[in-house]
Amino acid sequence: MTIQQVVFILISLITIISAIVVVTDRNLFRAAVGLMASFLGVAGLYIILEAGFLAVAQLLVYIGAISILVIFAIMMTRRLMQTIESPFNSQPVWGLIGAVLAFLLLALVAIRTWPTAQYPAPSGPVVESSVQQLGALMVSPDAYVVPFEVASVLLLAALIGAVAISRTEGS
Amino acid sequence: MVPLSWYLIVAALLFCIGLYGVMARRNAVAILMSVELMLNAVNINLVAFWRYLQPDLQVGVSWAIFVIAVAAAEAAVGLALIIAVYRSRDSVVAEELDTLKF
Repeated sequence: MTIQQVVFILISLITIISAIVVVTDRNLFRAAVGLMASFLGVAGLYIILEAGFLAVAQLLVYIGAISILVIFAIMMTRRLMQTIESPFNSQPVWGLIGAVLAFLLLALVAIRTWPTAQYPAPSGPVVESSVQQLGALMVSPDAYVVPFEVASVLLLAALIGAVAISRTEGS
Repeated sequence: MVPLSWYLIVAALLFCIGLYGVMARRNAVAILMSVELMLNAVNINLVAFWRYLQPDLQVGVSWAIFVIAVAAAEAAVGLALIIAVYRSRDSVVAEELDTLKF
């Protein structure tokens, strides 16, 4: 087992264990901190995959913005901080069965379609100017300029919508 | 080197943990957090396929960035909705929000 595989397994364990904390912990605040740890693990996976820009975007957007937003929402709703009631609804067993079945299906498809022996390593090095190429793709009419603009409109709509939904009447 | 299937297994595991959270958690905020986990699992898959199958084209990374943008919008609007519901119903338990149930 190479050093890279050891690092991969460690980072995956951090990601998976914190994800389990997110979905099972009674205390929602602890679940939110687990969510941050899980996002950090995913950023580590991006770094192993040599997607440095995406790892930075993950840190900024997920850990810096979304997790903080979730923590604010938890603190603004009083009943969320109570830890006496059960964290689950009336169907945790059926949910678990469904999730395990979905995992078996996904794992079967992944192993059958992309077997370990055929894809043991990346097929080539990442190009040197990958961030430059990414920027060119984002504004090129042949590539992603329309999704890029739609994403900016979507973010603007979400910004206005979030303010409009959560403001109180008369203020 | 790490084989491609390891990434796919980790992503599938993360996705199914998120799926379990969506199906079994009581709190609307916890359900939203589980959805974020599922979106992250999708991103791992996109980046892993890009790195292993098409490393000379930044297609997978571009899609992952769009997923991140949509996830940010979804979290902002979702949490605003949860706070608005909490103001009017004094509850964020998903099972108690059953006004539309007939």
